[in-house]
Amino acid sequence: MNATFSIWRGDAAGGAFQDYQTEVSEGMVVLDAIHQIQADQASDLAVRWNCKAGKCGSCSAEINGLPRLMCMTRLSDLDLARPVAVAPMKTFTPIKDLVTDVSWNYQVKKRIRKFKPRPPDAPDGTWRMAQEDIERVQEFRKCIECYLCQDVCHVLREHHLQERFIGPRFFAYVAALEMHPLDVEDRREELSEAQGIGFCNITKCCTRVCPEEINITDNAIIPLKERVVDAYDPLRRLFRLLGGN
Amino acid sequence: MTARVQTYEHDVLVIGAGGAGLRAAIEASAAKVSVGLVCKSLLGKAHTVMAEGGIAAALANVDERDSWKVHFADTMRGGQYVNNWRMAELHAKEAPDRVRELEAWGALFDRTKDGRILQRNFGGHRYPRLAHVGDRTGLEMIRTLQDHGVHQGIDVHMERTVVALLKDGDRVSGALAYDRERGLLHLFRAGAVVLATGGIGRAYRITSNSWEYTGDGHALAYDAGAELMDMEFVQFHPTGMVWPPSVQGILVTEGVRGEGGVLLNKEGKRFLFDDIPENYRSQTADNEEEGWRYTQGDKSARRPPELLTRDHVARCIMREIRAGRGSPHGGVFLDISWIKRKLPDAGEVIRKKLPSMYHQFLKLADIDITRQPMEVGPTTHYVMGGVRVDAETQMSSVPGLFAAGECAAGLHGANRLGGNSLSDLLVFGQRAGAHAARFAGDHRAGRIDEAQVEAAARAALAPFEGEDSDQGAAPYRIQHDLQEMMQDMVGIVRRESEMALALEQLGKLRARAARMRVNGNRAYNPGWHTALDLANLLTVSEAVARSALERKESRGAHFRDDLPRADPAFGKVNVVAVKGPDGAMRIERRPIPPLPGELKQVIEEMK
Repeated sequence: MNATFSIWRGDAAGGAFQDYQTEVSEGMVVLDAIHQIQADQASDLAVRWNCKAGKCGSCSAEINGLPRLMCMTRLSDLDLARPVAVAPMKTFTPIKDLVTDVSWNYQVKKRIRKFKPRPPDAPDGTWRMAQEDIERVQEFRKCIECYLCQDVCHVLREHHLQERFIGPRFFAYVAALEMHPLDVEDRREELSEAQGIGFCNITKCCTRVCPEEINITDNAIIPLKERVVDAYDPLRRLFRLLGGN
Repeated sequence: MTARVQTYEHDVLVIGAGGAGLRAAIEASAAKVSVGLVCKSLLGKAHTVMAEGGIAAALANVDERDSWKVHFADTMRGGQYVNNWRMAELHAKEAPDRVRELEAWGALFDRTKDGRILQRNFGGHRYPRLAHVGDRTGLEMIRTLQDHGVHQGIDVHMERTVVALLKDGDRVSGALAYDRERGLLHLFRAGAVVLATGGIGRAYRITSNSWEYTGDGHALAYDAGAELMDMEFVQFHPTGMVWPPSVQGILVTEGVRGEGGVLLNKEGKRFLFDDIPENYRSQTADNEEEGWRYTQGDKSARRPPELLTRDHVARCIMREIRAGRGSPHGGVFLDISWIKRKLPDAGEVIRKKLPSMYHQFLKLADIDITRQPMEVGPTTHYVMGGVRVDAETQMSSVPGLFAAGECAAGLHGANRLGGNSLSDLLVFGQRAGAHAARFAGDHRAGRIDEAQVEAAARAALAPFEGEDSDQGAAPYRIQHDLQEMMQDMVGIVRRESEMALALEQLGKLRARAARMRVNGNRAYNPGWHTALDLANLLTVSEAVARSALERKESRGAHFRDDLPRADPAFGKVNVVAVKGPDGAMRIERRPIPPLPGELKQVIEEMK
């Protein structure tokens, strides 16, 4: 059976969708179709991929308008009677075809204050942590940095506040640091200032597209917002001072 | 020519940003030298991210009987004693510190009840030894190193591929690379170079490896005059996915068996009990009940035969398939769901211990592993062979050129134990980084020879000038034909006649590659990238075939149908491939230095 794939071809200067037909077989994912087209019809079709098993987060794209990993999108879940549209992530500047410039994410991460552990618990330099205490952080550490959450976030996608807002991926990253049982750094000031957590109005788009099913909004962003409020609300601060908490 | 390439200067240039490359870069930058890190993909996407099961280190958190001595003896036994014993010793001694260091950098391993790092069972390891995070240990490791590394002042050059090493006389002096985005050339001058480029799995059709695994470091080192050792030892992981076709080869972690998963043929028989090698008999359970107790932490039980070494398990699976006792899609069954007969909350245990396996089978194969068996078969996974290096420093025979991780040889001998790769990356990445920094500090930077740069640049751009484009498909088709050929003729079961034929075929593929033309321009052109990778794949494929022909016996991962037994004479040598003065590949046998008395004693004690 043949199916049609309408793939965006172009670069930062512009581009257009181009149709390709290719044979589909049982179990195929969108990335397989892209590879087949690349090998047979469009040898210079640019696409990023590595693991092909949903573990590296390289092959992010918009498939029929939805941000997804190409390697985890089964053709059997798509309507093949119509062309399958495959476009690059819109929030990032295209480099070529399905490849976008995601370097901004790397710059953002570098600015976040690094992990700072408390002194070791044991004389041999090791720590003791309970499994229950790390599970909440392990959820965020599942992140494969596919940046689909960044792609879908309207603060970045429509309002282009890249200079003032770090996006859901990095709120999850800050949450993982802040909730790490060993970490003693305080990142609340920059969260509310330079990192712009206040711009998030909890529409949960990021959570819906996360291929790792990380509950970014409820488990990372909302608790961080609460911490920030707690630290900077003058009344709460007074309360804390008086209560000694 | 150099006027048209951008130039960078680093004391230490690290090529590859998986576990070994990142660990080397961190160590070198800690020594206060300037470090450049070049990687083919985006940072954090290297193959280390795929590692699932864990990091082997004798922390003795779960079983206090474990120690570096047991780990050393296990590694040597698994490698059939052709390992570099000094590397095996250093690895076993230093791995625990390297794991604890990751924790200090933020890694969150699963915990024991008393709050320490939990360790799990794995093939060939006598005691539970693998520090892990569910079945996504590689992700935890690479992210920890990446996040720690970016604050160390390392210059990361992403999506750049090195096409040649440059030399000043005997020593290395830099490298030439292209960037994927624009296809421009970049010259790196460096006091020392660390290769950390991983393996060669893309030489085979069925593989767990990503597109990056094209033997780049192996070929760069070989072309620069270094020696490749043990290339006949290619590990076929026993359990890759076999169905549907598009996922064939994707890894199914050994952790499934570590948690109690069993291998069955179509008659429902646990066929591994039929064939337990002599040197493992005393350590292996002889009944199913004992095997189960072992996986549940009973210290008086011996391990089930599913946890024998990968070479052996892979061969037994092949035997079942060839004898017509395989599963419907040409594999065998791997069943973890059966543990519901033992554990009331089996479904939850499986989802918790093996979350990404659960997810992978459900999403890609419509299989719920808590209820159904998986179908699995061998997949090309790892190469034990690589650049021959000094055990202490990781320096190759080319001064200033270091190698660490999968692209270096020695630690694993004829067969690697699961979990020993991640620890290898840390232990020898750290050593390579430290010694590369020292080398760069002790020696004046080498001179860049314009003629070499020009020749390398010309070679890199040659595929645009070829005559045979096959409508642009040439690089993909030649790579595909190479993969089919290696799979069939230099695969898991080998014969002299087939390997001789493989060498002939390689010559023809090389001739096709010399003529191929790529379509399009230099900007992010995967056809061009594939064409350049192909040259490396052809070099390493030849090294595998020639080394396999030279080793006239069966040992570890190298199995010859025509010579099915181990020959003690070959137990005393490593096979080395080196470029001769005429440009042709030469094969040599190198005697293995005798084991020192105290290590011999360790091995005897652990028998």
